[in-house]
Amino acid sequence: MKAFTYERAASIEAATKAAEANPEAKFIAGGTNILDLMKLEIETPTHLIDVNGLGLDKIEPTPEGGVRIGALVRNTDLAADERIRRDYGLLSRALVAGASGQLRNKATTAGNLLQRTRCPYFYDTNQPCNKRQPGSGCSAIGGITRQHAVVGTSESCIATHPSDMAIAMRTLDAVIETVNADGVRRSIPIADFHRLPGDTPERDTVLEKGEFVTAAMLPPPIGGKHIYRKVRDRASYAFALVSVGAVIQSDGTGRVAVGGIAHKPWRMETADAELPKGARAASSVLLSDARPTDQNRFKVALVERTLSAVIAEAKG
Amino acid sequence: MTRTTKVSLIVNGKGHSLEVDNRTTLLDLLREHLHLTGTKKGCDHGQCGACTVMVDGRRINSCLTLAVMHEHNEITTIEGLGEPGNLHPMQAAFVKHDGFQCGYCTPGQICSAVAVLEEIKSNIPSHVTGDLTAQAEATPGELRERMSGNICRCGAYSNIIDAVAEVSGRKA
Ligand SMILES: Cc1cc2nc3c(=O)[nH]c(=O)nc-3n(C[C@H](O)[C@H](O)[C@H](O)COP(=O)(O)OP(=O)(O)OC[C@H]3O[C@@H](n4cnc5c(N)ncnc54)[C@H](O)[C@@H]3O)c2cc1C
Ligand code: SF4
Repeated sequence: MKAFTYERAASIEAATKAAEANPEAKFIAGGTNILDLMKLEIETPTHLIDVNGLGLDKIEPTPEGGVRIGALVRNTDLAADERIRRDYGLLSRALVAGASGQLRNKATTAGNLLQRTRCPYFYDTNQPCNKRQPGSGCSAIGGITRQHAVVGTSESCIATHPSDMAIAMRTLDAVIETVNADGVRRSIPIADFHRLPGDTPERDTVLEKGEFVTAAMLPPPIGGKHIYRKVRDRASYAFALVSVGAVIQSDGTGRVAVGGIAHKPWRMETADAELPKGARAASSVLLSDARPTDQNRFKVALVERTLSAVIAEAKG
Repeated sequence: MTRTTKVSLIVNGKGHSLEVDNRTTLLDLLREHLHLTGTKKGCDHGQCGACTVMVDGRRINSCLTLAVMHEHNEITTIEGLGEPGNLHPMQAAFVKHDGFQCGYCTPGQICSAVAVLEEIKSNIPSHVTGDLTAQAEATPGELRERMSGNICRCGAYSNIIDAVAEVSGRKA
C-alpha cells in the first residue's frame, strides 16, 4: 500500500473542503472496498478523509412519507431496520444477499453504492484495463467474460456494477443526496447516478471530484410483494451472476431491476409495463439490445428464468 | 500532515495508546504491535474471515479496516473471549465437537460464532430468514448462512455448526 496522510473529518464541510484541497484525496467510510483496492495499489490516494464521525448514521422518516437513509448507515443496520423490513423488504433482502455478516457490519450505504467493479482484469494490475488506467485497453474484451455485462456495454469496457443494494434502490426509485465543497446540494435519482461505460469507463457514477454523498432517500412505500432473487456460483458469499429485484402488485403489475448484467442497475420502465404478460415479455424488452459474448450468453436465458421464478413466488 | 497517527483503543479490556503508520490495519496492530497473534491473517482481503474480531460487540474483518479508524473502540479478540483453563462456552464447544483440524481459521470462526448468536438475539435478518417481520431463530440453516464469511480449508463445517448449535441451545 502507498503511504498516505489521514484525517478524521469534523464536519461534512471540512470533509468536502479537504477533498477539494487535494485532488488525490479519498473519503473512507467502512473501508471494505477502498482498503482492498489500496492494498493492490489499484487505488492510490495520498490522503484519506475518515467520514465515520459525522453523525450520518440515522434512518429517518421524511415529510413525504418515505425514509432518509444516512450515508454512513451500516448495511446490517439498514437491513435490520423495522421500517425497511416492513415497507421496503426488497432492500433488506438485497442487503443480506450481499457479502458476509462481518462485511455488512462495516459497509455503509454510500460506500456500497460507490463500490467498484469485480472485473478480474480491473483487479490484475499487470493487465490493461480502461477503467483502472484510461486508454490502456480492455483485457476482458476477447478474454474471459463469464461474469461480464451483456447490455449497455461499450468498446471500452464490459464490466458490471456488483452492488446488490443498488438493485433494490433502483427498483424503489431512491434519490441520492450529495453536497460539494461550495455547499451546492444535488438530489440525483438513482437511475442517473450510475453511468454506462461509454468511452470513459473510469467514471462509475456522475459524482464530481470531491462530491460527498450525504443520504439516500426512499419515496413513500408502494406495497406489493418484495422479492430479491440472486443467482450465483455458490449459495452464499458470492457476487451475483444475475439478480432480480422486483416489487409485484396483486394485479400482476410491478417493477423490476436486474443486477449482474450491466455497468449499472438495469431497469426499463417499458419492461415494467410488460410484467403482467410474464417473464418472457419483460425480459425481452430488458435485453432487446443485449450483446453477450459466447461465455456470458447464458445470462440472457438466466434473466428470464430468474424473473419467471420471481413472478411465480409473487403469485404463490 | 504526517503519515502516522496516534490512536487509543481498548483491547480485551486493556487500554493502549500508540502512534502507528496510517497504513496499519487493525489486524496488523493486534498482531505486530500488541503481539496478540491469536487473530490470524488469511487472505488479507476480507474473503476468508480468519481475521474476525469484535469491535464494540460487532464482528468485523480486522484486515479491511485501519487501526487509526478505531479511536476509543473496544476490541475483543479470541484471547479476550477465554483462555486455557477458563474457556468461553464457544471455545469449549469447538473442542468438544472437534470443530477444527489445522486450527488456523478457528479464532475467526469462534469470534464470528459468538457474534452470530448475538445477531440472532438482536433479530438481525439473514439471507435465509423466511419472514422479515418475525423473530430470527438459530436454526442450522441460519447458522450456516450467517457463518458463510468464515472459510475453513480443512472443511470442518459440520462440526463447527454442531458446536455453534450447542451453544445456541439447539441441536444441529
Ligand atoms: C469478500 C467480499 C465480498 C463481497 N460481496 C459482495 C456482494 O455479494 N454483494 C455486494 O453488493 N457487495 C459485496 N461486497 C462489497 C461490499 O458491499 C462493499 O465493499 C461495501 O459495500 C463498501 O462500503 P464501505 O462503506 O466499506 O466503502 P469504502 O470502502 O469505505 O468506500 C468505497 C468508495 O466510496 C467512497 N465513499 C464512501 N463514502 C462516501 C461518501 N459518503 N461520499 C462520497 N464517497 C464516498 C470512497 O471514497 C470509496 O471510493 C463484498 C466485499 C468483499 C470484500
Ligand atoms: S471490462 Fe472494464 S473493468 Fe474489465 S478490463 Fe475491461 S475496461 Fe477494465
